[in-house]
Amino acid sequence: MTLNRRDFLKVSGAGAAVALTGCATQSAPTVAKANPHVVVVGAGFGGATCAKYLRKWGPNIQVTLVEPNDKFVSCPMSNWVLGGMKTMDDITHGYDNLPKHGIKMVKDYVVGVDTSNRVLKLKSGATLNYDRLVLAPGVEIMTDFVKGFKEAEAAGKVVHAWKAGPQTALLRKQLEAMPDGGVFVMSVPAAPYRCPPGPYERACLVANYFKKAKPKSKIILLDGNPDVASKPALFKGVWNDQYKGMIDYRPNNLPFAVDGNSMVVSTEFDDVKGDVLNVVPRQKAGQVCELAGVRNDSNGIWCAVNLATFESTTVPGVHIIGDSVLSNLPKSGHMATNMAKVCAAAIVELFAGRQPDPIPVVANTCYSAVSDSQSGYVANVFRFDKEKGYVSQPEGGATAKGDDLNFAYNESWAQNIWAEVLG
Amino acid sequence: MTFKTIALSLAAFAGFGLASASHAADMHIQVISSTCMSCHGPGGKSLGAIPSIAGLDKDYFVKQMKDFKSGARQGTIMKRHAAGYTDAEYEAMGAYFASLK
Repeated sequence: MTLNRRDFLKVSGAGAAVALTGCATQSAPTVAKANPHVVVVGAGFGGATCAKYLRKWGPNIQVTLVEPNDKFVSCPMSNWVLGGMKTMDDITHGYDNLPKHGIKMVKDYVVGVDTSNRVLKLKSGATLNYDRLVLAPGVEIMTDFVKGFKEAEAAGKVVHAWKAGPQTALLRKQLEAMPDGGVFVMSVPAAPYRCPPGPYERACLVANYFKKAKPKSKIILLDGNPDVASKPALFKGVWNDQYKGMIDYRPNNLPFAVDGNSMVVSTEFDDVKGDVLNVVPRQKAGQVCELAGVRNDSNGIWCAVNLATFESTTVPGVHIIGDSVLSNLPKSGHMATNMAKVCAAAIVELFAGRQPDPIPVVANTCYSAVSDSQSGYVANVFRFDKEKGYVSQPEGGATAKGDDLNFAYNESWAQNIWAEVLG
Repeated sequence: MTFKTIALSLAAFAGFGLASASHAADMHIQVISSTCMSCHGPGGKSLGAIPSIAGLDKDYFVKQMKDFKSGARQGTIMKRHAAGYTDAEYEAMGAYFASLK
């Protein structure tokens, strides 16, 4: 597109005030190449989107997308599978369209990153050279933090189902097999974790299923946080209304142990027995971030980046997007797609020797279903400020009640974002 | 003040060259417009209940954004989004989506 003269003036004028404070990127200059190579690791919401937009905005850029899985299984909407409203097939999509954009797909797993020589080592033994690397691995679940979890998980008795896939299907089977009058115990890790409203949506949709299929059943929600971490009015509203008496919500109850044989979750207050246990341990940036040396916050958990370019603050040429990033931006698939677009544009500009946009804007939209006919949302626009980082704009926030129109939009959102990421 | 004078002073102010200021503004608008597509569908073409925005008349687009922001148009989620952008961005996004068929 071409901006007309008036638009250009107004937009560049808006940028001027911020740009005055200085160059927004610390990135090292890249040696100009006719066809620079970007390797993107992880074909989820962030990675696949970044690969697509790198090709769209930088047609001279070669893009390789490394992904170990055959198919994309969407975390958003996976709670609908647990609630019996969708099937695994509904949330599973192929990567067939990505090569049409000129993206080279490599089914492999990264086992080493040499950031000095800019080489990736893959499990197959192959290597990949890159000019810039984009890491979009999502989260690594810290299963060691809950004693007994690994054993219970390996035995197929307790899952987190916080990465959509086989664990989602297994948890659904466990819920289906649970007798009427049974107890479903679910835990929420202390924030920050992937998908802040996800655990509470899950509790609602399991309650919705129980209400219809096994109405004497109960849910105990053990929350590591002092209160519902996202959309509190929306979720507490339905818990006190349509699910009254079904959900026992216990804030400040972080599980430290689980026993898959006695089916007990232990917090510092109680040993809680259940028929189906769903323990969600805390999380950190995906393992490939450790291999690249970019899991560099003070605890070695998340990745600190220049938030205008998503380039690591410590390792030049390595960009991190999505859940692995240390920031005030929510860890959502939607946010990952928009980080991916800002990152792709920045990389295109850096390769061309131009200054990336010093005032990027990202938006988050997140719908949560509270039943099989009603959803609510949270939405925020974040504008980048060199001094303050991403600043949430006025009017951002969440609905206090779900309704059927937002349920329709929730479903439409999923179809549209899947098409945007993978189409 | 002529266009050239204003553009030159802006370019100097922002630290961009004149040509690159134009390019930077263009990229800014392409990126923020593309973020709309995560809900409204690839290229602004929705597959379901969320309205498509590809090919909307620019003036109509700008008016809707202003009306969402002011509350003159009651929507669901759009007030929260509209409030996050400037009038100049409404205009440029409107031109972008009008150009998509």
